[in-house]
Amino acid sequence: MNQQTEITADGRQIGGTLMEMKNITLRFGGVEAIKNISFDIREGEIRAIIGPNGAGKSSMLNVISGFYVPQEGEIWFKGARRGPMKPYEVARLGIARTFQNIALFDGMTVLDNIMTGRLNRMRAGFLSQALWWGAAEREEIENRERVERVIDFLEIQNIRKTPVGRLPYGLKKRVELARALAAEPQILLLDEPMAGMNVEEKEDMSRFVLDVNDEFGTTIALIEHDMGVVMDLSDRVVVMDYGRKIGDGTPDEVRNNQEVIDAYLGVAHD
Amino acid sequence: MTEQHAPTGELHSIPALLARNAARFGDRPAYREKEFGIWQSWSWVEAAEEIRALALGLLVLDLKPGDYVAIIGRNRPAHYWGMIAAQMCGAVPVPLYQDAVAEEMTYVLEHCGARFVICGDQEQVDKILEVEETVKGIERIVYTDKRGMRKYDHSRMNALADVQETGRAAATRLGPELDRRIAGLDYDSTCVMLYTSGTTGKPKGVVLSNRNIIETAKNSCEFDHLTEREEIVAYLPMAWVGDFIFSMGQALWAGFTVNCPEGAHTMMTDMREIGPSYFFAPPRVFEGQLTTVMIRMEDAGRFKRWLFHRFVAVARRVGPAILDGQQVGFVDRLAYGLGRLLVYGPLKNTLGYSRIRVGYTAGEAIGPEIFDFYRSLGINLKQLYGQTEASVFITQQPDGQVRSDTVGVPSPGVEVKIGDNGEVFYRSPGTFVEYYKNPGSTASTKDAAGWVATGDAGFFEESTGHLRIIDRAKDVGRMADGSMFAPKYVENKLKFYPNILEAVVLGNGRDYCTAMINIDLNAVGNWAERNNIAYASYQELAGHPQVYATIKAHVEEVNRSVAEDEMLSNCQIHRFLVLHKELDPDDGEMTRTRKVRRAVIGEKFADLVDALYDGSDSIHTQTEVTYEDGRKGRIKATLKIEDVQVFGAAQAQKVAAQ
Repeated sequence: MNQQTEITADGRQIGGTLMEMKNITLRFGGVEAIKNISFDIREGEIRAIIGPNGAGKSSMLNVISGFYVPQEGEIWFKGARRGPMKPYEVARLGIARTFQNIALFDGMTVLDNIMTGRLNRMRAGFLSQALWWGAAEREEIENRERVERVIDFLEIQNIRKTPVGRLPYGLKKRVELARALAAEPQILLLDEPMAGMNVEEKEDMSRFVLDVNDEFGTTIALIEHDMGVVMDLSDRVVVMDYGRKIGDGTPDEVRNNQEVIDAYLGVAHD
Repeated sequence: MTEQHAPTGELHSIPALLARNAARFGDRPAYREKEFGIWQSWSWVEAAEEIRALALGLLVLDLKPGDYVAIIGRNRPAHYWGMIAAQMCGAVPVPLYQDAVAEEMTYVLEHCGARFVICGDQEQVDKILEVEETVKGIERIVYTDKRGMRKYDHSRMNALADVQETGRAAATRLGPELDRRIAGLDYDSTCVMLYTSGTTGKPKGVVLSNRNIIETAKNSCEFDHLTEREEIVAYLPMAWVGDFIFSMGQALWAGFTVNCPEGAHTMMTDMREIGPSYFFAPPRVFEGQLTTVMIRMEDAGRFKRWLFHRFVAVARRVGPAILDGQQVGFVDRLAYGLGRLLVYGPLKNTLGYSRIRVGYTAGEAIGPEIFDFYRSLGINLKQLYGQTEASVFITQQPDGQVRSDTVGVPSPGVEVKIGDNGEVFYRSPGTFVEYYKNPGSTASTKDAAGWVATGDAGFFEESTGHLRIIDRAKDVGRMADGSMFAPKYVENKLKFYPNILEAVVLGNGRDYCTAMINIDLNAVGNWAERNNIAYASYQELAGHPQVYATIKAHVEEVNRSVAEDEMLSNCQIHRFLVLHKELDPDDGEMTRTRKVRRAVIGEKFADLVDALYDGSDSIHTQTEVTYEDGRKGRIKATLKIEDVQVFGAAQAQKVAAQ
């Protein structure tokens, strides 16, 4: 099932299939949010899911991250079929995400928020944690080190001790990305990382997404509204419209796909 | 390992000082840098090892004596080490302004013919690659931060840490060669070459010898009794002579600790954590901090605000006198002591000024209000006057003789005289060797006897012997009626208002003076917020009628104060406008050290200048702006021109003219 490892034009390595969605269908009562969609995510690539409003993009991401359990279809991760799972179990598998409308702890500092991303990695028992002794102390130092590297990477040293509630929107988005990164995920799911940002913030965020992929080799699946951003960032794009998959391929292929053009420019649906 | 080669008793080079410090101060911290949230430190012994490894690595890469090594990056220990390592190899370090765009770097890199470039990060490497399209001769790029560098062609590029590794591996093979080169350094070898930003024309490469740097460091350390126990925070551009003197010359001479902040944005936090005992900042920094403090106090609760204003008033009254050790009444002392406990202490702690023993400001005039504010808190802030060509120090203020309107007495070893035209001349051990590849400029600046023209006009106060600087000698002009025109004198008065960031006064050869003004977005923006004034952009805020009214009031106050000066009363401002964009070094309107370039502004805003003098009420204009990444754009605006009341002699004249 594995494809050959490829080297992209800019020298990144893209490996075999990491995750595969097979004939996924998701219904809310009588509404079919996702209709029989299949696609794969390969190791090390940036995979985008795009589509107009209400196309089912966020539902798709929620299926991947375990928030929704599809009625039909299979999810394969690293060559094994994944049964229905709780979101925290999915997180333990190495899948981290950010949210469209920011889900951070407003009253906590940036540092503490990012530290929560390490929760999955903490093994020390309750007593040890409470006394901050032995394993707990070692773990905390180790985790803090990793978090500091992420802080350095995303250039947010200056707000380390600032409560998140006081930050502007663009920075909150970056903190959310930091928290997801702190979990050292194998797949990073980004739900509209550029939504509501100005041009400069978008450029910064794009740079960070590319750098994360490049430096840590993290596989990234992202949902995005902004076509320009998607076409520049991603290796391959899935296009959805009304719950169906209407296109799948490289940005160039997708750009020239008549159905995609219709969906974006608007054509009457029967 | 290194100390045996130190010329004992002859501390005639930076590497020799390093060896002495490793032997004498051993485990005392030499460098600290905050990285990954923790202050990492290197003792003198460790630093000496790192630097030697880097020097050996540069030898492996075939760095030759007499080569020029450009260093472009923010203040990091590795970059200071790079400079010392280059010196060890007999090469000359040339630090560059890291925020310069590629185009500006091209000239300097071509002029010095750098073979090696040490870059801070990917951004700088990219600039060098762009520069290389026109400049040939750069053979090696060494970079500090590995981030994002994986995909680059590494045939002639190395990470600094890797260079050190190769150096360590080659220690036995190349050690003797390195020692030979270090031993070859003497007092007359070039220590560093620094490019002056220059308010006019192309930058000039100022060659400073070991003698210049070390003698100056020695004299200035003695003047302020600096010891190995000082802590400084290195945050000023490495290409600026001040940073070289403080973080290299004085740090190595006295053996004190250089602390590098995590980044430009964390400066305030890092200052607080380190608590430097010796500190330098241009007036702009002090102004900015005072503005921030005042804004935050406005937002504080009523009791806190009352407490703050009440004790600041006490401090203003008696603080400077207490600092200078003069007689102060018992009640005032008590009040001041209470203030220290409740207000000054915590405030100084917040700013990171708790431990400052010696603080300096220079570069521009500092507002008396601002200067006195810091001194009243008990911070020993002083002024100095200097320039690159003097290895900084020309005059400085001794403890206990500090005033806001003078720049002090000649520094130890420096002779100062005033020329016939009022220009200040000096001669000192720090006087530069020459301008690199520019004998013409060297000759016109430094005469055969070693006297250097500063280009500033000034005079000695008879009663105190302190020097006072009026303006740049070449900026001092005449107005149409022959009266004296000193723009900076008026501009400084304007800039002392927190709402005004920058001002350019025009009037040379004209009938009357006018001004272009930049608002301070921090101060005016906060004022707008408190008064519920909505604005979408800098441009809109700058053009707001209420902002105009505020600025007009400031200008009138300045006119009133200028009118009191007999010689300069004609420099009162008759008309002004508020600029729609901030003056920016990227657009060439200011130098990298943020001094206005009058010629560029006069040319670029020629339409505005015309409008200021042709009596029109408003002007529509278009201006080209350069974004941080070098792209260009245009902004359009309609600017209002406002008439201002003038006072005294000038007023009489205006009436007569009508």
